[in-house]
Amino acid sequence: MATHPRRAAMKTETLHDFTSRSRAATADGEQRKKFRSAMDFLIGKRAAQFPDTAQWTALRESGQQIRQRALARLPDLLAQFEKKAQQNGMTVHWAETPQEANQIIHGILQQQQARTLIKGKSMVSEEIELNHYLQTHSIKALESDMGEFIVQLADEKPSHIIMPAIHKSKQEIATLFAAEIDDTAYTEDVDELIQIGRQALRRQFLNADAGLSGVNFAIAETGTLCLVENEGNGRLSTSVPRVHIAITGIEKMLENLADLPPLLTLLTRSATGQPITTYVNLISGPRRTDEQDGPEEVHIVLLDNGRSQAYADVQLRQTLQCIRCGACMNHCPVYTRIGGHAYGTTYPGPIGSIISPHLLGLEETRDLPSASTLCGACGDVCPVKIPIPELLLRLRVENVTRAGTKDHQEVMRGQGAKYRLSEKLAWQAWSLVNVKPALYLASRRSVTGLRHLIPSAKSWTQVRVMPKIAPQSLHELIKAHQEKKS
Amino acid sequence: MHSNSSIYLFGTCVVDLFFPQAGISALKILEREGIQVSYPQAQSCCGQPAYTSGYLDDARRVALAQIAAFPGEAPIVVLSGSCAGMMKHHYPTLFSGMPEETSVLQFSARIIEFTAYLVEVLNIQLQDLGPAESVALHTSCTARREMGTLHTGRELLRRLKHIDLKIHDHESECCGFGGTFSVRHPDISAAMVQDKTAALRQCGASKVVSADCGCLLNITGALQKQQGEPDHKVPFAGLHIAELIWQRTRGEPL
Repeated sequence: MATHPRRAAMKTETLHDFTSRSRAATADGEQRKKFRSAMDFLIGKRAAQFPDTAQWTALRESGQQIRQRALARLPDLLAQFEKKAQQNGMTVHWAETPQEANQIIHGILQQQQARTLIKGKSMVSEEIELNHYLQTHSIKALESDMGEFIVQLADEKPSHIIMPAIHKSKQEIATLFAAEIDDTAYTEDVDELIQIGRQALRRQFLNADAGLSGVNFAIAETGTLCLVENEGNGRLSTSVPRVHIAITGIEKMLENLADLPPLLTLLTRSATGQPITTYVNLISGPRRTDEQDGPEEVHIVLLDNGRSQAYADVQLRQTLQCIRCGACMNHCPVYTRIGGHAYGTTYPGPIGSIISPHLLGLEETRDLPSASTLCGACGDVCPVKIPIPELLLRLRVENVTRAGTKDHQEVMRGQGAKYRLSEKLAWQAWSLVNVKPALYLASRRSVTGLRHLIPSAKSWTQVRVMPKIAPQSLHELIKAHQEKKS
Repeated sequence: MHSNSSIYLFGTCVVDLFFPQAGISALKILEREGIQVSYPQAQSCCGQPAYTSGYLDDARRVALAQIAAFPGEAPIVVLSGSCAGMMKHHYPTLFSGMPEETSVLQFSARIIEFTAYLVEVLNIQLQDLGPAESVALHTSCTARREMGTLHTGRELLRRLKHIDLKIHDHESECCGFGGTFSVRHPDISAAMVQDKTAALRQCGASKVVSADCGCLLNITGALQKQQGEPDHKVPFAGLHIAELIWQRTRGEPL
């Protein structure tokens, strides 16, 4: 697969710069304050939606079951979906890689002689870097979700999967709009800013040659796409232009329509704290002869991009249960400190740290599984009960385990990315000390055998004093105490 | 009522090295309640650092050594919540499907965290001889989530009559230690512990207690570092909850 330059650049950056990016992010006091208050707001909104613990427990239990039931039959469901969607008059495309997905979409647009593409919100399109690809082929992709629109104007990437522009203050947006949108005066009035954005977007819809959207759920039994949104741009992107292209990861399948309501209620409550969004779109095919609106063609691109790797392992498969609500990000103390850009991946935060290694390989994402204190907040709030901390631990094992050794199962791309013989030997030495009482007792004096417990001086003493080893250990104190007693 | 009860004490390596007074305090509290306490000298570390770093075999080796050090059926009282969580909840995962699984499960069932043992098993009554004081409680994430010991820590402080328990901002949020996380991602960890200590200082307490020594290492390290800073002239102490209980129930100066 030929890698285009920007992607290659991003990958290199991802590889080595998580540390420097997170350093820059934590040093930015303003940004940290913004994230703290934004995340606290979202945490509060979500909590208000789940006041009843028993109800929450039951609801997420059913969410987990629905997702696991669908994933257990994923190959069947994909086949069923394809057949049904085709019967409904939609065209189904399969893409293994981002490159393939981009080529498919480009091909459809070429057929339509499309010069402009209006886009509803789609993280998968971010994942394949569609906008950039189309730009290099002289097709203009216009984001119509307000957050995505802002991020695109600023030439940035989304910082959050639900709220792409959450990292921006109203002042920054005001400056951006005044500079980038014609005839726009600087205003910090939020309602006015929204109106300015909406007006700019409306002009685009009428002129776009094709529309593109993501997919929240795909229902195999009926060949239906489900999209949730608040702004109406998703509905416009999927119904005003003559052609609608939907792109989705292969994992978004559900068995039937009855599975949808529990997941929708979990999704919107977990994401934005809304009982339901303004729009829930169910799309089952192109415009029929007696219908007044809707596209004449509907295409669906089903993207793998590493998902089948996660699927192949029963434990890692749980990653694919994700319904992209972003609650794990909102509740993650690490995400709150560094924001989404620091991760360097399309999906940031805890879910990003477990999905990105499958999409990009562990070589590219080697720092992400350790970018968690394993505090467990993400697992607690996950509406479909993905055991995120457990999966992070699994990926840490994959990171340091070379192929062909125990605890290695041949599925992960980039396995052993963080393997270093010196580290392996250090842990062996550590374990030896901790299984031999005599060595343990002796090593406390020199501390060499316990060095993994002693943080490296430089990183630790930035904000803390170095811990002092007590003159007498508990082993010694208790021994003395017991001798005195007897 | 509890005389003749025998338990084991698992000190944890961090207590052993850095907070031995916490271990001695715990021992004295338990003995005062009539409990026979055994402290096997062969104990070392629960294995968590290797486990969370991805070195499962090394973690298993260390786990088996601990299991061997605590024979019989007596409960094993653990002085740190996250080590208790490791031994109670992660040992079974670590040995899942292996020949040792049954004996590991038996061992794990004997694990009980220190504050839970005092409250839930002993229903300990505490006579507070100390002066009025405001104290904050830090519960480690693993203790809070895996061990469910948030309420037992609070209950112990409630039973100390002259302690005013202060709730700090974002109390449930991680302090940023995370074992090797604090070394692998020092900037993020530093940001977290700075927010944690700022919240502790703002809540009106003059000290913080915890039943988790990893967090204490992190939080007290930061508090001490701040001591020299112009805004933080007033000392703010961090100590294991066992130390606080022992000091106050003996009427010793704090």
